[in-house]
Amino acid sequence: MKFKTLLGAALLASSMLAAGAANAKSLVYCSEGSPENFTPSINTTGTSFDAARPVYNRLVQFTPGTTQVEAALAESWTISDDGKTLTFKLRPGIKFHSGVNGFTPTRDLTAEDVIWSFDRQWKPDHPFAKVSGGSYDYFNDMSMPDLLESVAKGDDDLTVVIKLKKPNAPILANLAMDFATIHSAEYAKYLLDKGTPEQFDQIPVGTGSFQFVDYQKDAVIRFKAFDGWAGKPKIDDLIYAITPDATARYAKIKANECQVMIAPNPADLADMKANADVNLLEQAGLNIGYYALNAQKPPYDKVEVRRAIAMAIDRDAIISEVYQGAGQKAKNPIPPTMWSYDESTVDIPYDPVKAKEMLKAAGVEGLKTDIWWMPVQRPYNPNAKRMAEMIQADLAKVGIESTLVSYEWGEYRKRMQAAEHQTGMLGWTGDNGDPDNFLAVLLGCNSEGKPNGNNIPKWCNAEFQEVVNKAAEISDQAERAKLYKRAQEIVAAEVPWVNIAHSTVFEPIRKSVTGYKVSPLGSHEFQNVDITE
Amino acid sequence: MIRFFLKRLALTIPTFIALMFITFVMLRLVPGDPIEVRMGERGISPERLAQLRHEMGLDQPLWRQFLDYVYALLHGDFGTSIVSKSPVLHEFLTLFPATLELTITAMLFAVVLGVPAGVIAASRRGGVYDQTLMGLALTGYSMPIFWWGLILVLVMSNTLHLTPVSGRVDLIKFYYPSVTGFMLIDSVISGQKGAFMDAVRHLILPMIVLGTVPLAVIARMTRSSMLEVLEEDYVRTARAKGLSWTRVVGVHALRNALIPVVTVIGLQVGGLLAGAVLTETIFSWPGVGKWLIESINRRDYPALQGGIMLIATIVILVNLFIDMLYGLINPRIRHAK
Repeated sequence: MKFKTLLGAALLASSMLAAGAANAKSLVYCSEGSPENFTPSINTTGTSFDAARPVYNRLVQFTPGTTQVEAALAESWTISDDGKTLTFKLRPGIKFHSGVNGFTPTRDLTAEDVIWSFDRQWKPDHPFAKVSGGSYDYFNDMSMPDLLESVAKGDDDLTVVIKLKKPNAPILANLAMDFATIHSAEYAKYLLDKGTPEQFDQIPVGTGSFQFVDYQKDAVIRFKAFDGWAGKPKIDDLIYAITPDATARYAKIKANECQVMIAPNPADLADMKANADVNLLEQAGLNIGYYALNAQKPPYDKVEVRRAIAMAIDRDAIISEVYQGAGQKAKNPIPPTMWSYDESTVDIPYDPVKAKEMLKAAGVEGLKTDIWWMPVQRPYNPNAKRMAEMIQADLAKVGIESTLVSYEWGEYRKRMQAAEHQTGMLGWTGDNGDPDNFLAVLLGCNSEGKPNGNNIPKWCNAEFQEVVNKAAEISDQAERAKLYKRAQEIVAAEVPWVNIAHSTVFEPIRKSVTGYKVSPLGSHEFQNVDITE
Repeated sequence: MIRFFLKRLALTIPTFIALMFITFVMLRLVPGDPIEVRMGERGISPERLAQLRHEMGLDQPLWRQFLDYVYALLHGDFGTSIVSKSPVLHEFLTLFPATLELTITAMLFAVVLGVPAGVIAASRRGGVYDQTLMGLALTGYSMPIFWWGLILVLVMSNTLHLTPVSGRVDLIKFYYPSVTGFMLIDSVISGQKGAFMDAVRHLILPMIVLGTVPLAVIARMTRSSMLEVLEEDYVRTARAKGLSWTRVVGVHALRNALIPVVTVIGLQVGGLLAGAVLTETIFSWPGVGKWLIESINRRDYPALQGGIMLIATIVILVNLFIDMLYGLINPRIRHAK
């Protein structure tokens, strides 16, 4: 029976293909792995978010290629004077995909769908709360349970009112993140009635520019264009060819088996630049790789010592050797593509002679220290061990003897959060383009003046904290930018860590592809993309 | 014969028990925790970590976790992947046909070319053929799979445009649902013109890459085993009787020479599955090898345990089958006390 059904499906698919293949425009994107599943709120990896993004939308979204927030499912919104109430007006007539997994929607998007999407992550008694393991990491990480007072329907079906416990400006950027995807409550009910709720996370139904067609684990994901609220995309078929090896991805680009690819091998960049069929797009990554000096452990509690160490490290050499040119020397803790970036910061120069004098003046002689290096490769730090060795050599030149330390990745991070290190490296990739997501998360302290878990330099500064807290509570972006600039001045003066680099993101695409933009947030989007071949 | 079979079958039981225990313990000796690995540099609060560990049963003492695992296994439950939240058996069965298709074709490639190469080399001992073939075999045997795969892609796909770079099907031209999971069969069922040849073209490079090492091993084994047999009295007798060379080598010598070769083929199955991990990565082949590597990186214990157990079962069964075959080819084995 099953065989016959499948056979029928095969014949149907073939005839559809034969009919449509003649003039359909297809784009193949070489992705690097299989998604965990298709519901962003229960996932944590960029690969999974990319796989679900064609299908879904959020209330607001990031303008492609930027970190600016713009209208999406909500056509407009207002924020109350006290900053605690956000009222979203949904666009009328937003359609859900029809015919996926046997589901035919009977109504357009309403506030009910928005409420359902937040409640699943938030309310333990929600019928879908426990489906697929029920771990809503981003919702919790972005402190949504601490921020949200209520998500409710407004005056009509197309109005959503989000009440907060305290004013929080970054929440708007949070709502553009993938975890805040809006699902169809009707589809959820349909699957619940059918007794297969887990299919909700495997066969997605949304409002996005592409409708889900098929997924074969580790092989391919297929989507087809959907004429929805954002208009019909220019390509008809969007295909993700799952290709884990970077060299193989580039070979496929060269053979025109795919037209856009993620994460090239740094060794292939020169060839890509020279290839007449390929456009190598680049964009400064929304990240920072840093070398933290634990301010709780002497002598790193002294700002002169921290500054001297920053001066002793030859970061240009690190950029060329560790990042192989695919990095930009950092002078602020936030990347230059982020609004409020302080151009006026004067970077600390490489001056080992002066560094040695400063250390002597600070009474530091015969210092022995550890240098922790992370056991994994990250865009913001492609080779931590090599970086550690280079820093070790630089420190030796100013009379500091050091030993290299590393642990298994989970253990490494846990011990660093527990401040076991004297000095060590880590980094961060931004989630939502808001400066708060860097400054408060990475250098913030709690109300008792104790560093937050992700504050690896274990540095607390009352003025910095006050400025950052204030900036999170007001919604005027110009005002916020002023405060974040002040925060960067404080960091520049205090040197809690040595800013190493922001990595550059490269994406090769075929010349036949137009309208593709590299996202600073690391996402891959195709709704405005066209192909001429 | 049945007694021989039952005896062999009984021997697999302690192997399974040891395997279950070793897999379970070894995986937990590897540092790292599935939840913390998942969190990366974001970190996780101790309270939430404790809650998630509790939900996954990772806070139970190890012996308890082991007993739960064995109990579930005895009921045919291989657990649920921590990463994808799908049943492990389902994931395995989805991916395994791809690995099987690749492994079978690679083995066929190795046997079909390896046995004749060995026979030719042996019958022309010391000659040009022998030296060339054995030189090639040694090269093949020493070839790093990853490098060999990339070189083939560069030459065959990017320069000569003879074969596709990777994958199992031309994604733009063909789309048919997976019925059996074997592309060679599914492409025929789909009825789409050109689909079968497309599937074959996609299979060529991975098959060659995966089959190269076994091909070399089989060729060398066949040669040495053949040389030994050709020295035997009965071969001399056959020749003395005036039988043709083909008949002497093909019928009298080869059948006896194949006994050790069959054993080697059985042993190579394990090696093929290991080689499939690399081949699948180079050629984006959606098989179990790639899946296991990913599971190791993410410390997906259920997927790893289930996957390793299932693969081990297959290797054990194949070897059991080879033992049977061995008995059939060589009556002395099955009659031995």
